[in-house]
Amino acid sequence: MSTPTEAPAPHHARNEWALERHVYEPHLVGLPPVGQYLREIWRRREFAIELSRMKLRAQSFDTVFGQLWLVLNPLLLAGVYFILVDIVRGGQQPEDFFAHLVAGVFAYYFVSGAVRDGVKSVVRGGKLILNSAFPRMLLPLSSLILAFKRFLPTVLIYIPIHVASGLPVGVHLLWVLPLVLLLTLIGGGLAMLVAAVQVYFRDLSSFLPYVLRVMLYSAPVLYFAADVPDRYRLLLDLNPIGQALTAWDAVLRLGEAPSLHSIAVASAWGVGATLVGGLFFMSREREFAVRL
Amino acid sequence: MSSLSASDRVSIAVQDVSVTYRTSVERRPTLRSTVKRLGRRQRVVREIEAVKGVSFDVPQGTVLGVVGANGAGKSTLMRTIAGILPPTEGRVEVQGRVSTLLALGVGFNRKLTGRENVILGGLAAGLTRAEMEHKYEEISAFAELDDRMDLPMRTYSSGMYGRLAFSVAVNMDPDILLIDEALSVGDARFRRKSTRKMRQLCGQDRTVVLVSHALGTIKQLCDQVIWLEHGELRMWADADSVVDAYTDFLDVSQDAVTLEDV
Repeated sequence: MSTPTEAPAPHHARNEWALERHVYEPHLVGLPPVGQYLREIWRRREFAIELSRMKLRAQSFDTVFGQLWLVLNPLLLAGVYFILVDIVRGGQQPEDFFAHLVAGVFAYYFVSGAVRDGVKSVVRGGKLILNSAFPRMLLPLSSLILAFKRFLPTVLIYIPIHVASGLPVGVHLLWVLPLVLLLTLIGGGLAMLVAAVQVYFRDLSSFLPYVLRVMLYSAPVLYFAADVPDRYRLLLDLNPIGQALTAWDAVLRLGEAPSLHSIAVASAWGVGATLVGGLFFMSREREFAVRL
Repeated sequence: MSSLSASDRVSIAVQDVSVTYRTSVERRPTLRSTVKRLGRRQRVVREIEAVKGVSFDVPQGTVLGVVGANGAGKSTLMRTIAGILPPTEGRVEVQGRVSTLLALGVGFNRKLTGRENVILGGLAAGLTRAEMEHKYEEISAFAELDDRMDLPMRTYSSGMYGRLAFSVAVNMDPDILLIDEALSVGDARFRRKSTRKMRQLCGQDRTVVLVSHALGTIKQLCDQVIWLEHGELRMWADADSVVDAYTDFLDVSQDAVTLEDV
């Protein structure tokens, strides 16, 4: 990948002599210079944003029905899961269960959406990758932005459900912000990881739905975290979004600050996924140009 | 312009560059096939030394031709200069913004329209949206694709692909233009137009690196030529000497076949 060292001149001073300068050298331990790499990403953020917008448009989400579908689809899924769980539990759901389920499904769809779109982001980038130098990480990042754009309207849908279910409203809801950040880190990190692995194993995208399904079932979405038997508790820690969604539920439904354990494990997953996914992606990305 | 003459400045400095990469023999590597192969000791990853210890400079304003057989490392060298495939050894220093017209064409998403692909390509290259909107007008006018620009690229013919790719590359107003065997795109009329545009670009104070098998074109357009063979620099001199030496090497006379624009 390109890691141009550039010294762009201030715009007003741009003249014959203020040319961009790029130096390409072998990567140390397979990594491009990280600081420079991140600056390049920031400089080209518009590309990732535009790409996510065009993807949304290509899925015809700029039409009224398209946007309706955007919120209707996760809502319908929440409805199906609700009926499923209600039958399994013999029709004895606590009143706040539907709101819990909807909040969980929406958060899960944010993370899984980023991973599902991210897995093919690099492989699909084909010709652009073969023909131009830019930080490839922008591709899975645009998947993350896309997932976030699809997540936002579902937040609006959740609000009336939250209020109608009589769930507590207060300053504790501010916890939602750091939790969304953690979900973003987890989703982004996993998206980068799978995007890079997909280049080497093109069938990853066919296994991925199963993995994501397991992630949903082992997270406190279809049930409450408190109901998980002791011998399965570990699953909540092992699932990347297990503790993040436990905290999510504590804040939204129980109206309390998340437990220290939940926050610690979710943060570890967020930071860990971003570091591992990001560094792995960067270390492999030189090869993308010859492996596609 | 400054007091220094243009040729005192080096646009591209390639210092002792080697490029090695590993690539998979399988067209579509999968986990399934990897697991099946376990214990069978089949090697499916090959290491390719595409460029070996090549050094040369391209002064600003020079048109440099690159000749060599298929697999000599020409395309890899171009991609290294473009920053797409960083070198494994050595150092490449490039002064100025590079625009590429490499063998594979423009755009990357056939579902998106020509317009969207052009804008995205520009943003990926580091231009701003406003700059790209401005350039887009020139690009679409040059490509003469008219209302096709708003159709998904899957509806384009290969000639139209080539036209758009050429238009993007030459209208980005680059300091350095890298062209890999892409001079002959489109129909006869567009070819004439693109050749004229190329002459114009080569005549300006712009650095151009041109990979082509059309030795006639190389002779006409280039000031200097490098000849690559098996990844090594075999010769670096003025266009006539290199093309003559290369032609002698090929043991063919300079007849219409090798000189023609192909």
